[in-house]
Amino acid sequence: MKLKQYLVLSLAVATMATSFQACRPKGASSAVTGDAAQRTYIPPGQYDEFYNFASGGFSGQMSVYGLPSGRLFRVIPVFSVDPEKGWGFSEETKPMLQTSHGFVPWDDLHHIESSFTDGMPDGKWMFANSNNTPRLARINLQTFRTDEIIEIPNTGGNHCSPFTTENSEYVIAATRFSVPPDGPDSDVPIDSYKENFKGHISFVSVDKESGEFDIAFQLKTPGLNFDLSSAGKGISNGWLFLSCYNSEQAHSLLEVNASKNDKDFILAINWKKAEEYFKAGRGTKQTNVRYAHNRWDEHTHSAKHEMKTEVTVLDIADFEDLAYLLPCPKSPHGSDVSPTGEYIVASGKLAALIPVFSFEKLQNAINNKDFEREPYVGIPVVKYESALHGEVEKPGLGPLHTEFDDKGNAYTSFFVSSEIVKWDIKTLEVLDRQPTFYSVGHLMVAGGNAKNPYGKYLVAYNKITKDRFLPTGPELCHAAQLFDISGDKMELLLDFPTIGEPHYAQALPADLLMEKSLQIYDINANKHPYKTNGEAEAKVVREGNIVRVYMTTIRSHITPDVIEGIQMGDEVYFHVTNLEQDWDMPHGFAIKGANNSELLVMPGETTTLKWVPDRVGIFPFYCTDFCSALHQEMSGYVRVSPKGSSTPIKYYTGESTPTT
Amino acid sequence: MKKIITLGIISIFLYACSSNTNNDQQSKRSFPEEKAKTAKTSAYDPTRGEGKFETIDVGDKLDVAMAKEGKTIADVKCASCHKYTEERLVGPGWAGVSKKHKPEWLMNFITNPDPMIDKDPELQAQLELCLVRMPNQNLSDDDARAILEFMRQNDGVK
Repeated sequence: MKLKQYLVLSLAVATMATSFQACRPKGASSAVTGDAAQRTYIPPGQYDEFYNFASGGFSGQMSVYGLPSGRLFRVIPVFSVDPEKGWGFSEETKPMLQTSHGFVPWDDLHHIESSFTDGMPDGKWMFANSNNTPRLARINLQTFRTDEIIEIPNTGGNHCSPFTTENSEYVIAATRFSVPPDGPDSDVPIDSYKENFKGHISFVSVDKESGEFDIAFQLKTPGLNFDLSSAGKGISNGWLFLSCYNSEQAHSLLEVNASKNDKDFILAINWKKAEEYFKAGRGTKQTNVRYAHNRWDEHTHSAKHEMKTEVTVLDIADFEDLAYLLPCPKSPHGSDVSPTGEYIVASGKLAALIPVFSFEKLQNAINNKDFEREPYVGIPVVKYESALHGEVEKPGLGPLHTEFDDKGNAYTSFFVSSEIVKWDIKTLEVLDRQPTFYSVGHLMVAGGNAKNPYGKYLVAYNKITKDRFLPTGPELCHAAQLFDISGDKMELLLDFPTIGEPHYAQALPADLLMEKSLQIYDINANKHPYKTNGEAEAKVVREGNIVRVYMTTIRSHITPDVIEGIQMGDEVYFHVTNLEQDWDMPHGFAIKGANNSELLVMPGETTTLKWVPDRVGIFPFYCTDFCSALHQEMSGYVRVSPKGSSTPIKYYTGESTPTT
Repeated sequence: MKKIITLGIISIFLYACSSNTNNDQQSKRSFPEEKAKTAKTSAYDPTRGEGKFETIDVGDKLDVAMAKEGKTIADVKCASCHKYTEERLVGPGWAGVSKKHKPEWLMNFITNPDPMIDKDPELQAQLELCLVRMPNQNLSDDDARAILEFMRQNDGVK
């Protein structure tokens, strides 16, 4: 190409680009700093500074990105089936998705929070909640797998969850939709909401060593919608602050009917007190509940599902010193406690200001019984001014969530005005504002919910991305936007697409996790009941119409790879043991026509695929995960004969003597 | 056109410089396996191999208990690809292997296969035949020693 032509063309392109730019909402170009690419570029083979765990929203999963690069490393299946990983398809993982409603293959994973020790992420687990069929999950940060899922009874939508106390003594799960308590008496007219509908706040204890969940107790409240919560820390440790909307107690057209009151509430709970009452046996055992408790066992490589039928409930109406209401402008969403525990930031999503409450003032008001004349549904209402530290004036429209940095600043997301606003926690002065593209929901500062935030990066999780990426039809990705917050002004560095809808996220320093990340499962520690301990033990066993194939994989063959004697009407279980003991060496397994997914078997693990043949003939199977130069050869055949056929069970690999 | 070539050469040069820097930075935070890969090949000793074992004194007699343990480990972790006869399966049969190689070479190879496959002339020739790199089966030092003892037993040491 000649130089002149080139110049003309580039000028044309530049002009076009500029005119496109002009149509976009203002600020898009000026928001990006010149060296943003350098600051987010991680050269090939090098590592990110942070792991970023982001909720997958309606995908039901949790995603793991690197920061500052925004590269997606892994999608951890949690509440939804994942055929790529066999999650919910293998016999071992199916029990993880069992509930009191049976097998539930999907959910809406809303929030995540890391396990804490002394108010700091300890790198042991991530907790996640499911919003639709109420459950809590615990994800193991050595294996990046879901280790446990527990269902929450008496709950109508587990949105206000999974926020934990300062040492993760408890993970909180509070109902978004109040419902009548579980049991036969829950068949009531829906317009009897005020009388019959109740809120429940569950305190799910976490074993310090194993992480195992147990619903210690539930607090029963009048019918309210709990939205989000934060536990106190430092001086406010022992308290819990939940935002609640629908103080109107409406049961229909909430858009209008739950938005009438000028003020809704933050519910302040003295959870240490509640724990005392629970331990003193002051609760009531409710025995008409049914909830699933599913646990993964790393030694048997299998999940166990059990149903529980009992929960201890404390009705807050029976106690005078458990719960207090703080009036809060219009439908509060985020309820966030500052790193020192001194301040509680309540974001009324329809309000034009942000009230910041002082824990110390709240305590004084409670001690002085500085309450409104009328309690609300039996709960004392602290006078607004008595507990107020101050208000952030004219911060923006539609405040949702607030996180904190390491320098005494707060960052609030604004959905309606589509921006992040930085303000000073003590002086309440607005310091900076940056647009987001578009309509930010949650935001996250690295360690922004911890006692000592890591700071440096802020990520905005945006609901709308139109015109930000190449269009992909009617459905567009949600997106994250990375800001550098180390200076006085926030600087936009990077947009990156996300899976599902990220509601909340956590960022943990790479050093906290990478060294202890598990590489293989020790095959000698494998206690799976159908493990094949070396290729010599591979076999096919008929037990009536159940056929068990004890199968092994190693680069690059499957043993046995010739199987005959399967009959119509048989249920075939392929118990695949991966004999590899090398990192990053899973083998896959799939067989033609299976109404099921593949298996993806990690080194040293045993995993089972159930297959019910639907016709006679020869069925090829193969390794689905490219493993070696001879991966394409890693395959075999199953012969299926008519029921009652005289073809004997027979299996072998290579030139081994056929076994009958 | 000449300019383009010059530019190209400069950028290759720049890239080469920067990729060296990358390697240095990378090794700070990479895993041990990767570090081993970047070690110099010139110092490679084909009789000892490369790994943590310098010299292994096996003695004249067989430790029968240790050989038995070695077979148990080999049955799970090795026998998928190696027959104990001369017959090749995925990899070569084990008959004669303990006479062909020094004990330290064998123990280094089975505990540290990747770096050795990259450097050892004989292993590179084997790779051309087998096309499958021998997997790292995460053997402990004791595992490796026990397997060596089983190899000796397999080769007739009493």
